[in-house]
Amino acid sequence: MPIIQVENLSKKFKDFSAVSGVSFGVEAGDIFAFLGPNGAGKTTTIKMLTTLLHPTSGSILINNFDPVKNQSEVRNSFGIVFQDPSLDDELTAYENMEFHGVLYKIPKDLREQRIEQLLNFVELWDRKDDFVKNFSGGMRRRLEIARGLLHHPKILFLDEPTLGLDPQTRNHIWDYVKKLNQEEKITVFFTTHYIGEAERVANKVAVIDRGKIITQGSPQELKEKTKTQSLEDAFIELTGKNIRSEEASTTDHMRKASRLWRGRR
Amino acid sequence: MSTIYILWLRQLKRYFRSRSRIIGALGQPILFLIALGYGFGSIFQKAGGGNYVEFLAPGIIAMSILFTAMFAGIEVIWDRQFGFLKETLVAPVSRVKIMIGRTFGGATVAVVQGIFVLILSYILGFRTANLTFWRIILVIVFMVLIGLFFTALGTAIASLLEDMQGFQLIMNFLVQPIFFLSGALFPLNNLPKVLTFITEINPLAYGVDGIRGALLAGIHFGFAIDFVVLGVITAVVLVIGSYLFSKIQI
Repeated sequence: MPIIQVENLSKKFKDFSAVSGVSFGVEAGDIFAFLGPNGAGKTTTIKMLTTLLHPTSGSILINNFDPVKNQSEVRNSFGIVFQDPSLDDELTAYENMEFHGVLYKIPKDLREQRIEQLLNFVELWDRKDDFVKNFSGGMRRRLEIARGLLHHPKILFLDEPTLGLDPQTRNHIWDYVKKLNQEEKITVFFTTHYIGEAERVANKVAVIDRGKIITQGSPQELKEKTKTQSLEDAFIELTGKNIRSEEASTTDHMRKASRLWRGRR
Repeated sequence: MSTIYILWLRQLKRYFRSRSRIIGALGQPILFLIALGYGFGSIFQKAGGGNYVEFLAPGIIAMSILFTAMFAGIEVIWDRQFGFLKETLVAPVSRVKIMIGRTFGGATVAVVQGIFVLILSYILGFRTANLTFWRIILVIVFMVLIGLFFTALGTAIASLLEDMQGFQLIMNFLVQPIFFLSGALFPLNNLPKVLTFITEINPLAYGVDGIRGALLAGIHFGFAIDFVVLGVITAVVLVIGSYLFSKIQI
């Protein structure tokens, strides 16, 4: 019985189909990569899996629970690192971690111990009492990841977790995730468009483009299927050579406006 | 309990850290107390209304609680835009607890702001003869009720909005009328029928009445009515707000 089971999942926004008829399964203990170009429907799928968005049609089972009907059971089963920022700028790094720890009911001793360990791990311990608003993009990203790893869930969702990080930090973080996967048997579901990452870390890959899954299998199988040397070639073979663009959302506009405004003060 | 506490604590930290917001929010009450309180003072006195600053101060205190509480509720939109809302929404905690934590936080902040304005109005010449311990408690009770109701209302409305574009609409067509038509600025006796009706369905009117009744002599609706009306509608809005909050999709 797979721990994530998705059948014929679709999501429509007005007349735009972000995800159409996607099916896949993730076995417990797997590291599963969702690979696709920008705007392929990766984040929309993750939002549906994590109760943030209701599907237009299709079914999802997370740890045997339905994210629409059994929201709290599903929420109890996973942890997530979001693609876009989700930190509170007006709190310190430590307070952001603590807030998360309390919401996830991690006992105080364990919470303090893990916060220290993880903040050291992402090299932010000496900045723990600084406000997040003073952090650079890379530091925020590291803090988000540290926070996502604070409680040890059954399933860990990572939406483009290493976007904008340098190779050293990326390696460092993937080593940790692999260790969590092996030692605590945490199932990992991550999206990326770094093909190298998918090849190195995942034992199963699904390629998604324009809201549909094109192919899935182990990285080895994909290479054999497309008769290509590397997963990168396979990826381009499958998704074409056109460059994808994403439209900026209202959120992006507001963030930009707020940055300008803050800069002026 | 710990969920409610951490959400409450977050609101308080955010409030006390933004000093410019606290001080900025005192500007309007000062202006109202001076311009209206002293500007209309002599006319009010001649018309037999008594001391206008005394009459006005409870209304201005209620106003600052209204604005602070509404703003605290509306902050849900900011959290949505800046992403933090996702963090609370995926957490395995009940939506009711999130709603209660936020509402308590917003209400606490609003009451603190109200107390600042009360102190400020003393500096600006507001005096009351009959301040006993129990009357102070009564004032605080009504401050808390106003704070709770409008934070919950703000949160409920914000749950329905995607971005700050509707904010002006809410300020001009909801918050301002609630303030101006609440009896904060004028006595509720002998008003035109339509205005009497509007004040009777205005929640803030009961809050202003309660605070004014507790600080000064004389009350319009009566403490019991003020308390029951505010208590009941606060409970109702909390329930509706929790429901709307649980329906948020991102």
